[in-house]
Amino acid sequence: MKDLTKISNTIILLALSIFLLSCGGGDGKSAADRIKEQAQMEPADPYENWESNNGIGPIKELALPAEIDQNMVTSGQEVYENKCTACHKAEKKFIGPSPKGIFERRTAAWVMNMILNPEEMVQKDPMAKKLLIEYNGSPMANQNLTEDEARAVVEYFRTL
Amino acid sequence: MNTYKKILGYALTLPLLFVVGSCGQGGGNGGALGSGNAERVYVAPGEHDEFYGFISGGFSGQLAVYGLPSGRLFKVIPVFSVDAEKAYGFSEETKPMLETSFGTIPWDDSHHPDLSQTNGEIDGRWCFINANNTPRIARISLSTFETEEIIELPNSAGNHSSSFVTENTEYIVAGTRFSVPIPQRDMPIDEYKGNFKGAISFIEVDQETGRFDLSFQVIMPGFDYDLAHPGRGASHGWMFFTTYNTEEANTLMEVNASQNDKDFIAAINWKKAEELIANGDFETMATEYAHNVYDESTQMATSTIKKEVRTLDASKYPGLVYLLPTPKSPHGCDVDPSGEYIIGSGKLSASLTAHSFTKMIDAIENEKFDGDAYGIPILNYDDIVAGVVQQAGLGPLHTEFDGRGNAYTTFFISSEVVKWKLETWEVLDRAPTYYSVGHLMIPGGNSRKPWGKYLVALNKITKDRYLPTGPELAQSAQLYDISGDKMQLLSDFPTVGEPHYAAGAPADLIKPNQVKLYKLEENNHPHAVKNEKDTRVERNGREVHIYMTTIRSHFAPDNIEGIKVGDKVYFHVTNLEQDYDVPHGISMIGANTSELLIMPGQTETFVWEPKKEGVWPFYCTDFCSALHQEMQGYVRVSARNSNVPLKWSLDGE
Repeated sequence: MKDLTKISNTIILLALSIFLLSCGGGDGKSAADRIKEQAQMEPADPYENWESNNGIGPIKELALPAEIDQNMVTSGQEVYENKCTACHKAEKKFIGPSPKGIFERRTAAWVMNMILNPEEMVQKDPMAKKLLIEYNGSPMANQNLTEDEARAVVEYFRTL
Repeated sequence: MNTYKKILGYALTLPLLFVVGSCGQGGGNGGALGSGNAERVYVAPGEHDEFYGFISGGFSGQLAVYGLPSGRLFKVIPVFSVDAEKAYGFSEETKPMLETSFGTIPWDDSHHPDLSQTNGEIDGRWCFINANNTPRIARISLSTFETEEIIELPNSAGNHSSSFVTENTEYIVAGTRFSVPIPQRDMPIDEYKGNFKGAISFIEVDQETGRFDLSFQVIMPGFDYDLAHPGRGASHGWMFFTTYNTEEANTLMEVNASQNDKDFIAAINWKKAEELIANGDFETMATEYAHNVYDESTQMATSTIKKEVRTLDASKYPGLVYLLPTPKSPHGCDVDPSGEYIIGSGKLSASLTAHSFTKMIDAIENEKFDGDAYGIPILNYDDIVAGVVQQAGLGPLHTEFDGRGNAYTTFFISSEVVKWKLETWEVLDRAPTYYSVGHLMIPGGNSRKPWGKYLVALNKITKDRYLPTGPELAQSAQLYDISGDKMQLLSDFPTVGEPHYAAGAPADLIKPNQVKLYKLEENNHPHAVKNEKDTRVERNGREVHIYMTTIRSHFAPDNIEGIKVGDKVYFHVTNLEQDYDVPHGISMIGANTSELLIMPGQTETFVWEPKKEGVWPFYCTDFCSALHQEMQGYVRVSARNSNVPLKWSLDGE
């Protein structure tokens, strides 16, 4: 009986919050419609579409040239070791995921946006949102890298 | 006889003022909401205040930062007192800041903040403040809101007429309240007269770095030097000090230092002093004072004892100092924005005296002197006075200006602020304060460019204004709108310690210069580690150094073994975060020092001397992420004679 009360309370709260949410809309759609729509937009497995997802941030598109730039690798490794290794390790899943083989799972642009714009990414990007949950809510720290530094880190990741 | 009648008259009206005052507390018939006052101090969530207010902490020794008009407290900047919350005075980096020639002083009494100026206008670079008790001046960066430098003042005692900034921040000027034997020596107290002297210090400020250099001291007669303000505009190059105890009494001062009808405002020509110094006309005196500097690059403070000071004896150098007779025991010494009028508030008189700088110069040029004190010429009161604000109230203390030709003076005994007009000297308006106001502050109100919108009254007594908290009550500031003809009381807000004096500036002058984080690349702390790879533990005899890092949300290393009872363990902790507003803290069970609070990119150090065997935890004290509660670690402490090897790890590595 108690549980039932709890459940009904939850439903009331849920309904209330949907109602409150719908106040912020203004596009004429009902809240339920919008939730449905969003559910359709976000596939159950957001990682499936990784090849077409460049993330959200300053990098719209990044095609990696065939040849790896060794100078960039050297500087990228230095940046990575100083700014990233507290949470990322090549040989294991640590606070965050390993960057090894990253471009078999993510586009280069997505990786750069995750480095450069992590706050917005974990709020809006379906893959970043899911990763945040998978990694226990541990935030991707914004280490304030420049675009050039992030690009060099990408080059270094290609060598892992 | 007349004077006595007047005083009696005031004494009778005094209770009346309190009664009248206590009826008008809300500032309007309909209360704050009805009058719209609430809206005028309301800053909506997420919005910023229009002004910064830097309010001294009085006997707390600190400086508090408020928003105006909201009265919201943003930060208490530790300056002259230890602050365990921020590890100030406890971390190895900041311990040297509180060193003096007397050793470590954990507390002081901070009175008068003043902001750096360029061309007589507030420029938003630094805030300066005095330590009253063990005489020192501090410089606080307005880009980091941290104390960066403290210099001790030799020969000074009760550093009260301080800290005041000249028009281009050439000098911070600091005068002694108490005269003392100079140099200090063992002598009978009742031989004060003629033997004790007062030192006025001129601290040169490096315009690039802000660094202090105690350039010279003017050695004055044995009066008490109460308050000061610099000349500006035409009077730039002069510094004005109020004096009391020109009687040179050394006991029962409240009677014996209040005998003379007039004391002096001392006018010091510091441009002349610079010439004398440049010509080598000074005496170098052996002394001892500490100079403490926090280096932004190494993130460490160092304390150096300096051994000599250049002095100029005011009696020996004609043209260096003149004395302006001013009734009676003048307290506040305030210069109007044009620099023409020097206002002396005779705290034992009912009137304010405004001296004219033009008339002063004229009298000096024509050598119209009325005797001298220890060889320092005394000018004629009638030759230099520009006007008197007659019978404005009781117990005038301090004056600030609104830039529209009006002046505002506090009256301690009659608990009010009086608005009056420069040059006509007429009283325009008066507003009660609750209660016993000391200083007042208008942002820029002691500069060439006041922002005359708000006035903050800084009160000495609170009584019934807030919910009572036992015998010790909140200290109180009050905000008035002075943009119209009549002053309007908008709000009360409590302050940290006694809100002795304050300085204010538009937020737009200070906000753009904020440091958001310390770049790891620029961290030259000798014990910094810039990535987890370099974290380690080193033993050197009984000294152990832990080179640790933090990032959301773990310490590296977080398991440490091989520490022994009786070791002295230094935790050098670098915050690897490079994002705005992500500090980490660390606290260690049983540490007799304090926690650390480490800003992004910063390294700080605390010492732990483990006393008991066991496995002892440490944790992050500043809520950093959803996994903050997991941000913890252990140190194994073994017996002195144990063979447990030194080792450290994070996740087994």
